Amino acid sequence: MTATLDPQSSDAADDVRVGPGWEIDIDGVTREDLAPVRRQLWLALVGLALGALMGIAQAADRADINLYDAFQLESYYQGLTLHGVALAFIFTFCFSNAFLSILGMRAYGRPLNRMLANASLYVAWLGVLLAAWAILANKATVMFTFYAPLEATPAFYFGAVFLVISTWIVFLNLVLTHRQWRAEHEHERIPLLGFVSLMTSLMWFLASLGVAIQVLGFMIPWSLGWVDEIDPQFTRILFWFTGHPIVYFWLLPVYISWYLSLPKLVGGRIYSDGLVRMVFIAFVVLIPVGIHHQFTDPGIPFTSKSVSFILTFFIFFPSTVTAFSIFASLEEGGRANGGTGLIGWIRKLPWGNPAVSGQLLAGIGFMLGGASGLINASFTVNNLVHNTAFIPGHFHLTVGTGVALSIMAICYWLVPYLTGRELWGRRIAVTQTWLWLGGVFIFSRGQMMGGIDSMPRRTQASGSNYFDAQGSTWEWANALTAVGGTVMFVSALLFFMVVIGTVANPIAVTGRQEIPIAEVVHGPRRSWAILDDIKIWAAIAVVLTVVVYGEVIWHYGGLNNVSGGFRVW
Amino acid sequence: MEIDRYERWFMIATFTFIIGAALALMISVVGHHASLAESAGTINPEDVRTTAPFDAPGLHPSTDPDHDYDLVIIAQTWSWTPEEMVVPVGANVRILATSVDVVHGLKLKDTNANVMVIPGQISEVRDVHFDEAGTYWLFCHEYCGIQHHNMAARVIAE
Repeated sequence: MTATLDPQSSDAADDVRVGPGWEIDIDGVTREDLAPVRRQLWLALVGLALGALMGIAQAADRADINLYDAFQLESYYQGLTLHGVALAFIFTFCFSNAFLSILGMRAYGRPLNRMLANASLYVAWLGVLLAAWAILANKATVMFTFYAPLEATPAFYFGAVFLVISTWIVFLNLVLTHRQWRAEHEHERIPLLGFVSLMTSLMWFLASLGVAIQVLGFMIPWSLGWVDEIDPQFTRILFWFTGHPIVYFWLLPVYISWYLSLPKLVGGRIYSDGLVRMVFIAFVVLIPVGIHHQFTDPGIPFTSKSVSFILTFFIFFPSTVTAFSIFASLEEGGRANGGTGLIGWIRKLPWGNPAVSGQLLAGIGFMLGGASGLINASFTVNNLVHNTAFIPGHFHLTVGTGVALSIMAICYWLVPYLTGRELWGRRIAVTQTWLWLGGVFIFSRGQMMGGIDSMPRRTQASGSNYFDAQGSTWEWANALTAVGGTVMFVSALLFFMVVIGTVANPIAVTGRQEIPIAEVVHGPRRSWAILDDIKIWAAIAVVLTVVVYGEVIWHYGGLNNVSGGFRVW
Repeated sequence: MEIDRYERWFMIATFTFIIGAALALMISVVGHHASLAESAGTINPEDVRTTAPFDAPGLHPSTDPDHDYDLVIIAQTWSWTPEEMVVPVGANVRILATSVDVVHGLKLKDTNANVMVIPGQISEVRDVHFDEAGTYWLFCHEYCGIQHHNMAARVIAE
């Protein structure tokens, strides 16, 4: 299962620094196969860097310091749009593209189709360039949610389309590779790693159809002037159909890492093959719950909201199952390292490995974020916090830490794996992971206390004529947001220092590079065969979607095309 | 399929929690009339200012038998109409709101009123109470353009 990466057959620019001993753990994978994966990762990190830069500008705004002039941006809201698009679309999508591709190669023991891998990369770049141009030219200050009738320039919507298409190409590539493997292994269970990668990709493909219809069917024709008017309520329904499961797409690559990879890094094992498969199936089936982002939308009846509310609570189930399983794997690893007692094993986990500390701390942030998510999901309780600063407080713990910090941690083994360079600055990296969690705790505490006291989200604090009249809770909220955001920014700087230090590291890795994937205690032979029947789960997801959203659309009736476009920024 | 004994208990506990939480919320809805914002019909944004009740924004006796007053509010970039409203303490108020341009959001501080204001739709918030005399701030909580952070109004309960 070992392939030596032949320096002769590689792209010339990187050749010189490749050590002769650099090998990876996937048969037949050449440097040309790794190149598109590596470049997708770089594109993801460009997104993270842009997002972090805008993040510090937002934090500074809470302290009445204006960084937008220095960045040559027109407004807070232009920066906030860039922050959202760079992180919610570019960083996460491109990381998923890279990570699912390399995991697919590992799972099926072969390279993916190189032409498709490059196509995905180029299409993603095209999307990034179009969206970035539209935003930087101040022609698309519409936030990453782009609610009509705010009207961006068409390039912005095309950018979003190309970014989504880049993820579909990866899905296609995984499906083709899976079929190739299936032809050779007719009666075998799908490798667990392949199954979860494929399910993640499948989930997102189905989920993204809502926004695809919204953008291709409504936003683009309207922004091009082919049609004069648009229905703001209906396009929101389509947006949030995708807008909830997009969260799964951010999260599931990280779940793959927590379930399959983190146990290996701490010296533990995966407890149950079947349980992992079940969790990923649950996320495919639970696609149609987006209405819970619209509990306060007028155009959606009470019945539809009730159905969505109950379905939404079931998402808590796969997440708690995940928490339990991962704790079990961690405990096994901690005890194997000599840890004893009820919690003594925690200290024996390899905290000195930044890939471990980052993912463990991300998990802590994610648990608090998930718990606060129950508040948002709770129907009437949501009235207290809907669209307040509580929401960014919540999702900076989930996607901003559970996902983003895990991705940074994964980079601490993935960058050496993909570049053949030894990790540089391990201690800085470990410090970075702790700083991030500390920063986000301060940040989210501030945002949440402000939100519970009705502070709106997406609002420029420094320029507001009513913030000062709201009293000390808002002052504290702003101060904590500013301090926490700054700490997170410093942490991001350290992350990039380590990545650049690693890429430029004169020391090559030695020996075979492995993707850390743990062994399973109770292997696939003990799990139900039906779990592997991907078509059945996809069919259930489609049927549930048709039932849930069929009811919503049936109640909604015909389109209410009443709005022309507005450019009010 | 192998599921660890403790994990099975944990799954049952989680499941029970989910059902319990769902029941608790249903009780709050059925027993205590906790409600969500709903639609009170559609309206063309261009006709808002000439269509009842939005042709006369402000406080009126309610046309709904369950409420004492209707508080009629128009959202536009970047202000509310009216910008200052007076309501009697303790009255049962229904809020009716709509937008003449982009999407806005209505958040009334220290009350349960929280609703999106979407062009083409009339938002209805039922059973809003102002239990104490004083000023209640009303913010726009959805990004609506360059002056979004200055879009606030006040409801004075007396």
